[in-house]
Amino acid sequence: MGVVAAVTGVSRYLGGKTAAWLVDQPGIDRVIGLDVIPPPAPLACEFVRVDIRDQGIAELLERSSVETVVHMGVIATPRQAGGRSMMKDINVIGTMQLLAACQRVESVRHLVVKSTAAVYGSGPKDPAMITEETVPRHPPTSGWAKDSVEVEQYVRSFARRRPDVRVCTFRFANIVGPGMRTGMTAYLTMPVVPTVVGFDPRMQFVHEDDAVEVSRRAVLQRTAGTFNVAGEGTVVLSQVLRMLGRPALPLPAGMLGTVGRSLSRGSWADFSRDQIRYLTSGRVLDTSAVEAELGFRGSHSSRQAVEAFAQAVRGG
Amino acid sequence: MDKAMRPSRAARLVGATGPAPAGRFTPVSLTDESTETWDVLKARLAGDYSVDDFGFDPQFTDRVLMQLVRPLYRHWFRVQVSGIESIPSDSGALVVANHSGTIAFDSVMTQVAVLDEHPAHRNLRMLGANLVFQTPFLGDLARRAGHTLACHEDAERLLNAGEVVGVWPEGFKGIGKPFAERYRLQRFGRGGFVSAAIRTKAPIIPTAIVGAEEIYPMIADASLIARVLGLPYFPITPTFPALGPLGLVPLPSKWFIHFDEPIPTDHLPEGAADDPAVLFEVTDQVRERIQRTLYDLLAKRGGVFG
Repeated sequence: MGVVAAVTGVSRYLGGKTAAWLVDQPGIDRVIGLDVIPPPAPLACEFVRVDIRDQGIAELLERSSVETVVHMGVIATPRQAGGRSMMKDINVIGTMQLLAACQRVESVRHLVVKSTAAVYGSGPKDPAMITEETVPRHPPTSGWAKDSVEVEQYVRSFARRRPDVRVCTFRFANIVGPGMRTGMTAYLTMPVVPTVVGFDPRMQFVHEDDAVEVSRRAVLQRTAGTFNVAGEGTVVLSQVLRMLGRPALPLPAGMLGTVGRSLSRGSWADFSRDQIRYLTSGRVLDTSAVEAELGFRGSHSSRQAVEAFAQAVRGG
Repeated sequence: MDKAMRPSRAARLVGATGPAPAGRFTPVSLTDESTETWDVLKARLAGDYSVDDFGFDPQFTDRVLMQLVRPLYRHWFRVQVSGIESIPSDSGALVVANHSGTIAFDSVMTQVAVLDEHPAHRNLRMLGANLVFQTPFLGDLARRAGHTLACHEDAERLLNAGEVVGVWPEGFKGIGKPFAERYRLQRFGRGGFVSAAIRTKAPIIPTAIVGAEEIYPMIADASLIARVLGLPYFPITPTFPALGPLGLVPLPSKWFIHFDEPIPTDHLPEGAADDPAVLFEVTDQVRERIQRTLYDLLAKRGGVFG
């Protein structure tokens, strides 16, 4: 008999795609998609409209004997959630409630969590490449990155309380692709892109299909552990902007937030303090662990992921 | 950091298909050179070049940065290199040198020496202070030139990848010391570089640089200004700031760089990298060798301006 998997955040792009890729996989009987809002397009799997901040979630997991929970429901853009406090509520309180439910429900045996490399922060004292064990020298102070740090803390304490559950956390570099819309993609597609003068940060990108694929593999292989995920190789911001055909507007770091926010009004572009630090010092992940443990090497390098994104942007 | 990214300098000068020239300065016809330069420029404008995970941009380093400093190396300081064969051709090594000169020209000249004089044209990957990497333009340039933050993670990663790594353990104490203390080695940190070498079994190459001490003779340190500007020191030299920007022209001292016999670390027992006694002993050995070589080179040099 196969496994019943529940995927949170299916009404957003990556969650929906991950759920779809799990349908009809060997060893998976049933995929249940969860979200507070209805999916924009029909899903390939069942959909249950539920708020993970609700008590009802435990009952739902219990009733369907869910064994694998894939938590893709952490939101990166305040606009998507309807404001920053709402976003924090969904991210942190939502995760707490979901984990509380998982703790109560006996059938849950495997938890896969989408996190972000932003939990490492960014700054001049960081080593050139960051492994899963690297202690952050410049931990994030606000926004989505801080939410993700808190989410990971709850996940870790959940893992302590339920040692029988295999817990897998992915820290993704910037996810890009034809369908993905994030604070970073909004930033990169501004008509004129404000950058920090005198700095050309090193960056990595993951193609959306690779992000989905690694999650799919983790579910099928019942992987446990924390892993960095990024496309092979490194690009610098100026290179990315040239590939996208976007002019850069170099500004002092102190002005970037104000100017950036007024230039990008109405878009998701992220100019939080942590993002500005990232746009100054950059960040590169060591991805040898995910390769060793999951045998995973993305189909797209960082550069190819940006190329795929650039192509989608040009195509309209 | 695959080898394919680092074709020999000769191959890069004549293009991949050209015949291998006998010497490095084989003339290349002007049109070839300019077409190639144009192609490179076009590719770069489209973002079509690659950097490694440390941000090292070999093409930019060789074509732009090194081209800018080569005249200084050859004609201004007339750098004379010896012992370059101490650096292996295809494996990791740690170059440890003395630091001086108020502005770190010594590290840049050592990079030129290793790239141009070594038969395998190796890139020297230096470890720098975090002040470098938080300074606009400078930090960016340093990364492009292949350098990274002085921390054990980066040192070990580069050595494990078989790179030639350069460290200046005296740090700001070395470059910012008064002229009166020239060629006297300062304290050598806590031996972090030694433990990185031991852990990766890379040989240590003690390197002595003569000449850099005289480029900006620092007669005083305006420490108040330095504190206001957040700098480790603010130099007063006979020409700076008295002559304004003209005071930034380095004096044309005659330079010698000697790469001494490698000190092997692969014979040390397991756990030596964590043994403070071993670290101090090796650190002292390296320091003494550099100091001795400095005195030998000074005796050989004669006049400051050669």
